Amino acid sequence: MIIQTIVFYVLAVMTVGSGLAVISSRNPVHSVLFLILAFFNSAGLFVLMDAEFVAMILVIVYVGAVAVLFLFVVMMLDVDFAKLRAGFIQYLPIGAVVGAILLAELILVFASGSIDISKPAKMAMPMPDPAQVQNTEALGNILYTNYAYLFQIAGLVLLVAMIGAIVLTHRARVGVKRQRIADQVARRPKDAVRLTDVKPGEGASWKSD
Amino acid sequence: MAGFVAPDYLIALPEILLAGLACVFLMVGVFTGNRSTTPLTVASVAAMAIALALVLGFGGEKRTSFGDMFIVDTFTTFMKSLVLIGAGATLIMGLGYVRREGMNRFEFPVLIVFATLGMLLMISANDLMALYVGLELQSLSLYIVAAFRRDAVRSTEAGLKYFVLGALSSGLLLYGASMIYGFAGGTSFAAIAEGIKNYGAEGPPIGVLIGLVFIAAALAFKVSAVPFHMWTPDVYEGAPTPVTAFFSAAPKIAAVALLLRVVLGPFHEMVASWNQIIIFLSIASMAYAAFAAIGQRNIKRLLAYSSIGHVGYALVGLAAGSEEGVRGVLIYMAIYMVMTVGAFGAVLAMRQKGQMVEEIADLSGLGKTNPAMAAVVGIFMFSMAGIPPFAGFFGKLYVFLAAVNQGLYGLAIAGVLASVVGAYYYVRIVKVMYFDEPTEAFDRPVGRELTAVIAASGIITALFFAFPAPILQGAQAAAAALFP
Repeated sequence: MIIQTIVFYVLAVMTVGSGLAVISSRNPVHSVLFLILAFFNSAGLFVLMDAEFVAMILVIVYVGAVAVLFLFVVMMLDVDFAKLRAGFIQYLPIGAVVGAILLAELILVFASGSIDISKPAKMAMPMPDPAQVQNTEALGNILYTNYAYLFQIAGLVLLVAMIGAIVLTHRARVGVKRQRIADQVARRPKDAVRLTDVKPGEGASWKSD
Repeated sequence: MAGFVAPDYLIALPEILLAGLACVFLMVGVFTGNRSTTPLTVASVAAMAIALALVLGFGGEKRTSFGDMFIVDTFTTFMKSLVLIGAGATLIMGLGYVRREGMNRFEFPVLIVFATLGMLLMISANDLMALYVGLELQSLSLYIVAAFRRDAVRSTEAGLKYFVLGALSSGLLLYGASMIYGFAGGTSFAAIAEGIKNYGAEGPPIGVLIGLVFIAAALAFKVSAVPFHMWTPDVYEGAPTPVTAFFSAAPKIAAVALLLRVVLGPFHEMVASWNQIIIFLSIASMAYAAFAAIGQRNIKRLLAYSSIGHVGYALVGLAAGSEEGVRGVLIYMAIYMVMTVGAFGAVLAMRQKGQMVEEIADLSGLGKTNPAMAAVVGIFMFSMAGIPPFAGFFGKLYVFLAAVNQGLYGLAIAGVLASVVGAYYYVRIVKVMYFDEPTEAFDRPVGRELTAVIAASGIITALFFAFPAPILQGAQAAAAALFP
């Protein structure tokens, strides 16, 4: 038990620390690397909670795909991060005030004693017994059986997002050299090759027709 | 987890059809390129017409499917019919504009079909999660079409503004939904209602109320009620005109349907709590729109403020909280849809020497240069101002009547006063058309499809008083579904 507690605190401190480093480091590449570290530590926290499937997905999807994509974007696009941050600092005070007011209101409400945590809501869906159902199986049940409807609509939402990205950014450029396999296959020797008798002393000349 | 029950696909047939056809249209467009925009637009309108037939054919008594997440009853039938008619009409109207103004890309009709599908899913939502995915499908498509003229600064600004504020409102919605899930113990509307009832006489804890406030704020953003209206004038002005017409017709109806379903379904027990929110939104929208519209010069901005005001009037009926009030809201939305489609049709016909114009001053002297169009625009303006015998008067009559019958005299008086102020800017357009010196005449012809839509909505607006029965009966049956 004590080992688990120690591991938890190590992972938690690392997660929060690397999260802070993401937003505070000057070099955007460092930010992305810290982000990857934060993902790994959160995956460790999920393993501690017996949610091994979510942990693996976090590593595969977020570290393997999303963070690497970020890294590409940061390295390949010429984004002026100092300029972006200047706007952020300009709006920081007003944003902080609004956030603080909202937070204070919520704290006041929840601290007023009206919430009885010992009396959980009655209709809450029971969690399946971890000993009976595996993580992956439980998630599969939810995604593809009970919530198949939501899964389908979420697919449509992603399709629309993809169409939108293409509609708003794709431009047909002129003068791009493309490989046209049909043209290549259709090309005959007589279009490209000519046999000429070269007379001594004259050299060969090519006149295209 | 309850055992798996095979879903009833039949009641979701219109949605399945639209989803499938949208993917087919996308494929056709990808392989044939932008020259298929016009055929695909016509095909999309046909798809909406078939979906409308299916909605009317399979509507009727209450049925749920997909694990209680999807509901069909007379209310959804009525609202879906309105959305499909509005979406189809605005799509037809935009044909000429899309061809002329550099929007001739096949994705446009496809995105409109996806947006319409999202609206149908919103109307049929019977669960907080289903509500959210439907809303996102709709909003995401709308953000894209708002920025569709990506080379125009105004259009991209409109898209970006809409996207940022829309994302914020989605965040509020999700936060509220998480609160409600935690305190009421379920995401399905039936489960939430039961959870709230289970708390007994002392009432649900304050967490439910906070969740309700967050959800109400997010939905108020979607219907653009004051004080969540800031995006509306800029987005309406910046977006391409056919898109603006679509915005003001279809998504508003879907969002109002969602608001009605949410506050009257799961939160029916908490009338006293949400009633104040609705009354505030209603009065603020009516008053703000009436005064802010006075100084407008751009007709699209004017119609944006007008739509904010109309939402305020519709909410008067919801504030009454009775079956009669809901019937008033539904009638109001139906009439609003017809009027707004017609008014935007007239804006689409405003072209001088091949250029689109959208200043109110450009309308001057229309009574002499194009008497037929001036007469129709006059009908829409009088109707929006609520002057009898046009349709808009009856819309206002039913919601105010419901408010008075529930003893909300203050609200009804505020509404009548706001509509007096509002009448000024509507009637000013009539004055500009008939009494100002004529400027350049508008280009003719305006296009057959546009003329047909404007004429149809003009006739419905003018003759509603003679044949009100179909809308009244439909709204009556639909309102009854929300009060079991």
